Amino acid sequence: MRKVAIIGVGMTKFGQHWEKDMVNLAVEAGTRAIHDAGIHQKDVDVLYGGTMSGGLFTNQEHLGSMLPDYLGFKNIPSVRVEAACASGGLALRQGYIDIASGAHDIAVVGGVEKMTDVGSHSVTKALATAADYEREAAFGATFPGLYAMMARLHMHKFKTTEEQLAEVAVKNHRNAMHNPYAQFHKQISVSDVLKSQYIADPLKLLDSSPISDGAAAIVLASEETAKKLCDTPVWIAGSGHATDTISLHDREDLLTLNATVKAAKQAYTQAKLSYKDIQHAEVHDCFTIAELLAIEDLGFAAKGASGKFIQEGNTSIGGKIPVNTSGGLKAKGHPIGATGVAQAIEAVLQLRGDAGKRNTGAETSLAHNVGGSGGTALVHIFTREKR
Amino acid sequence: MTVPKTWRRIPELYNLQGTKCKSCSALFFPGREVCVKCGSISLEPYRFQGKGRVVTFTIIRSQISDPEGENIDIPAREIPYVLAIVELAEGPMLTCQIVDTPEKDVFIGKQVDMVFRKIVEKGKRGVIQYGYKFR
Ligand SMILES: [Zn+2]
Repeated sequence: MRKVAIIGVGMTKFGQHWEKDMVNLAVEAGTRAIHDAGIHQKDVDVLYGGTMSGGLFTNQEHLGSMLPDYLGFKNIPSVRVEAACASGGLALRQGYIDIASGAHDIAVVGGVEKMTDVGSHSVTKALATAADYEREAAFGATFPGLYAMMARLHMHKFKTTEEQLAEVAVKNHRNAMHNPYAQFHKQISVSDVLKSQYIADPLKLLDSSPISDGAAAIVLASEETAKKLCDTPVWIAGSGHATDTISLHDREDLLTLNATVKAAKQAYTQAKLSYKDIQHAEVHDCFTIAELLAIEDLGFAAKGASGKFIQEGNTSIGGKIPVNTSGGLKAKGHPIGATGVAQAIEAVLQLRGDAGKRNTGAETSLAHNVGGSGGTALVHIFTREKR
Repeated sequence: MTVPKTWRRIPELYNLQGTKCKSCSALFFPGREVCVKCGSISLEPYRFQGKGRVVTFTIIRSQISDPEGENIDIPAREIPYVLAIVELAEGPMLTCQIVDTPEKDVFIGKQVDMVFRKIVEKGKRGVIQYGYKFR
């Protein structure tokens, strides 16, 4: 396997883009990424595009053709990748494997979702297809509902509190204040979260990530190509991907995402690093409880100890392991297919030192992307040259 | 929404029929055709008794159906409703609604029994699907 570098990144602001359709968003992010890399459209050998459901959100499928068409990547091989909320992370993984294998030298990997062209009922229905539709959704399970059941059990078993869950949202909103691409620039307090309405007890509106439009793209290159084109390559040091039962109720332990544990193990092993070596992480916080579970499953906190770990400030900027400096899905926004790629972009900005007031000075970073309630997980570890 | 889609699930939804592995005796609900414990593809129907225990639950407070939708598979439900993961006495777990019980009386560990109820009304002219809830 060849070494693979990230040589360019680009994204749209996340939020409600009434003036842009799905393709407009993808073109904006993709074009920014190739400009950042200093390459031309004709230099791109292959495209991997992650999107959860062009069909349900915008009536458009066959994005493998449509995206390179409008991006100006004429006639190249192009693959649309789908793994629910992990579609973007999986697109990154597939592009990584492609370049590492020697099949191509330059890949664009991206993710996009246009969620605001349909009503909120249709959004909820589309999202429900990421669960076991006939055995969870049809019985009344919503995504907030599934994560709420994990939250309830975590609180029951480990004495985790609603205040500790709220701390995740408060921290992520605080971080997003300094991210110009974030959907929300609004500081919230623990009491704001606690006073927001319940959507699925114990989860409230402010425990949840929003409905967002957005796109994100990354240019990957082989080591040889990267060294010619780029002074500040960020290396993909480890890439892990695992799956688990699609239904939450089929898991032996409802509070462990085995897909995360296994993907993390692969990534740590490949990178020859342990969780103790990671200096920055972007984790999948579709709901506040998801960030707690991620922090445990990735090794940063012991099982059951994440609530206290966050409350003590360990995951804040300046803490032991800053988590979701971008604002996370909660405050940066969660355009489903774009999320996994945008997480990797925050890792790149952190490693390059281009994250402005969010800079942590990290030399190693980890990105963790989950599909559904844990049916898919991707973990990537990034490093930079020593400076 | 077609009739066969509802019809073929009647044993599962009405009778809690799953499968039992003939090699290692593992039980599955819903039924599986491949035993994920031992890899056998020799499984037989197995009917669960309908007794279980609440493993975790939530109260769903935001409606997720499209009230106008004729083709929407997700039903209009009166909110709030209690959603739970129930562990059957025989072992497997399932996701279901808890009914006939005030919210405040639902707790982790509560013993519950299956009841036969309307699950989904698929649009104004569609099939009505019945199946299991617990109380
Ligand atoms: Zn077996």
